[in-house]
Amino acid sequence: MDMISITNGCYDRDGFSLHIDFAVQRNTLTAVIGPSGAGKSTLMNIISGFDHLTNGAVVLNGVGHEKLLPPERPVSMVFQDNNSFAHMSARDNVGIGIAPNLNLSLGDWQRVDAALDVVGISHLSARKPGDMSGGERQRIALARVLVRNKPILLLDEAFAALGPALRKDMLLLVKRLQTERELTVLMVTHDPADAMLIADQIIFVGGGEVLKPQTTATFFTSKNGAVNDYLGNASPT
Amino acid sequence: MADGGGPVTHMKSAALAPFFIASCVALGLIPLVVFAWQQGGVVLPDRHIWQVLRFTLLQAALSTLLSVIPAIFMARALVRQRFLGRGVLLALLAVPLSMPVIVAIFGITAVYGANGLFGGWLNLYGLTGILLAHVFFNLPLATRMLMLSLSNTPAESHRLAAQLNFTDWAIFKHVDWPALNPALPRVAALVFLLCASSFVIVLVFGGAQATTLEVAIYQSLRMDFDVTRALTLTLVQIALSILLLLAVAKVLLQIDQPSSLSVENQRYDGKTGIALFLDFGLLAILVLFVVPILMSVLMQGITHLQVSILILQATLSSFGLAALSSAIILPTAWALSKLQIQLPRFKGFVTAIGLTAYIVPPAVLATGWFLAFRQWDMGVWLAVVLIAVMNGLMALPFLMAVLAPGLEKAAAQNDQLCQALDVQGWNRFRLIDLPASRGPITQSILMAVVLSMGDLTAVTLVGAQGLLTLPSLLQQQMGHYQSDAAGGTALVLAALCLAATYVAQRLSRWT
Repeated sequence: MDMISITNGCYDRDGFSLHIDFAVQRNTLTAVIGPSGAGKSTLMNIISGFDHLTNGAVVLNGVGHEKLLPPERPVSMVFQDNNSFAHMSARDNVGIGIAPNLNLSLGDWQRVDAALDVVGISHLSARKPGDMSGGERQRIALARVLVRNKPILLLDEAFAALGPALRKDMLLLVKRLQTERELTVLMVTHDPADAMLIADQIIFVGGGEVLKPQTTATFFTSKNGAVNDYLGNASPT
Repeated sequence: MADGGGPVTHMKSAALAPFFIASCVALGLIPLVVFAWQQGGVVLPDRHIWQVLRFTLLQAALSTLLSVIPAIFMARALVRQRFLGRGVLLALLAVPLSMPVIVAIFGITAVYGANGLFGGWLNLYGLTGILLAHVFFNLPLATRMLMLSLSNTPAESHRLAAQLNFTDWAIFKHVDWPALNPALPRVAALVFLLCASSFVIVLVFGGAQATTLEVAIYQSLRMDFDVTRALTLTLVQIALSILLLLAVAKVLLQIDQPSSLSVENQRYDGKTGIALFLDFGLLAILVLFVVPILMSVLMQGITHLQVSILILQATLSSFGLAALSSAIILPTAWALSKLQIQLPRFKGFVTAIGLTAYIVPPAVLATGWFLAFRQWDMGVWLAVVLIAVMNGLMALPFLMAVLAPGLEKAAAQNDQLCQALDVQGWNRFRLIDLPASRGPITQSILMAVVLSMGDLTAVTLVGAQGLLTLPSLLQQQMGHYQSDAAGGTALVLAALCLAATYVAQRLSRWT
């Protein structure tokens, strides 16, 4: 069954237009690839409710969500930066995902601690984001995703600022969480190697449209001109 | 830095600026001290002096509270609400920042005075008038400064807050407050310092019970000619200024604010009924407070504007004075800004030199200068030079705030290359620094012109007979109840200052 689907959607704003027509099945990890400015982040914003289609509807988990606000959608999103509040500890930053007033029950705090443990930063729970590395800060965001328990996770170049080794660790962590929690993940990335490493399929965004998902193997041998132009000789095959 | 030939030459000439300012201060203080000595020394602070000190602090504290606390919520309302006329409201908020004090006093009197628009239900003379005028200037200032801080929050924080379904309070606590928190002490300190050293407003609206140190010094010197008492007040004022500056130096020295409101994040909050009600209620209060004062200046001016010889003469004098003042103070501001950059360890000290006119009361300087030069019969020309110097000293910290970041940026870009190519001294100034900093330089010239043109403090204190500037003409007309003529003068003065400020702001993007 489809978890995310947009049929014949059209986005047209400030001279930028994007035709969107695709569906992603539940419990899959899909990489979203394409040149800068092609509309990858716009696609993420449309799914998460921060931006809206001009025509068409976003269907998430079988329900039309076009009119729903971001918190009402079954979506968690992790950005490239600023995913945590600088004045709060890592633990509070995760806990605030459960209740914005941080009035949590003992059981809730146990969930927070368990999530911090799963992402490997339980020993840093009292630290503030400013005292943590870039990778550790992104782990806070992932721990919050876990306590929020939404079935869809959007990663908007979430690990682009990290070095290669750390990025690989984070990608493998995402893959593990996706499998264990049966998440449907959409991951914007600039690096085809990221997609090769963990993605089940790839969506290409370019030339004013969002192409339907293809398996990684099919994608890297694609005959599509826009895809070839983008990949150049960067194909990891 | 100091091992290159260029910077050393620069520093030698830049050191003339502190020397110039020290001379101005010495020339003001020494004759007064000598005179007081001849009269029997200073007196110990008495009950009246303590009362004046208490009132100075009280009115500054109340003005700060009344300006900064509403500004927090008004800034938030302006940042998160989008509505027709928002741009106009933002532009109107910028008007008081460049409006001459005497014009604002004219507007406030026209609206809240005995024969004013609101029927005179407020007695402007006393603490009420002082607070009203201070809030008129500082509420918009604080609102704009806090808006800058709020618009500095990362876009992701607002998206995260929206996604986590934060309540209004949670957004304030976790997103807005962390952005406001570092800026608030800075804004409050600035407003407090401006209000504690305010002169013209207290002179007009104050009285025997409602007087500040600055005005009390002026009155002791000019009304009672009690130099010993004035010196005691001066010592109290200098001690207070130094204490205040030491207390707030750390927060005032942080230059981390963006200078434009052009980038504003999209926000997703403030859409509930109660948030809309509170935000628009606050903005309505802001509009009802600021706009009638501005409108009264505009309407009275348009109705009664007559181009008389008097206005033309006053305009020419104001322009001449402003040009002279800029010519004197711009090199000083340039040199001090250079010193700030080249001697980072002494940045606080150099900044304090720039604040001389806010530490040593201008009334004291003016009187000292008067005593020093009284035997030289140079007539109005000497007075003009002294007024220009004083205007310059009062404008100095504002000019340095514009010049220093521009020069710092240029230095970071060019220092190494200049040293490598041995471009130094005059060549460096002419070929590198001047073209690289033309934006900040032109901006600061216009700023000096605006501040000098709208100034009444220096003209009142030095008191040149025969010299008529636009602010002094306006004050005369208001004093003689010629409110129609005053309306025309106020409009001309406000229009000139606003036009120059507008050009200066446009130039801030010119690099």
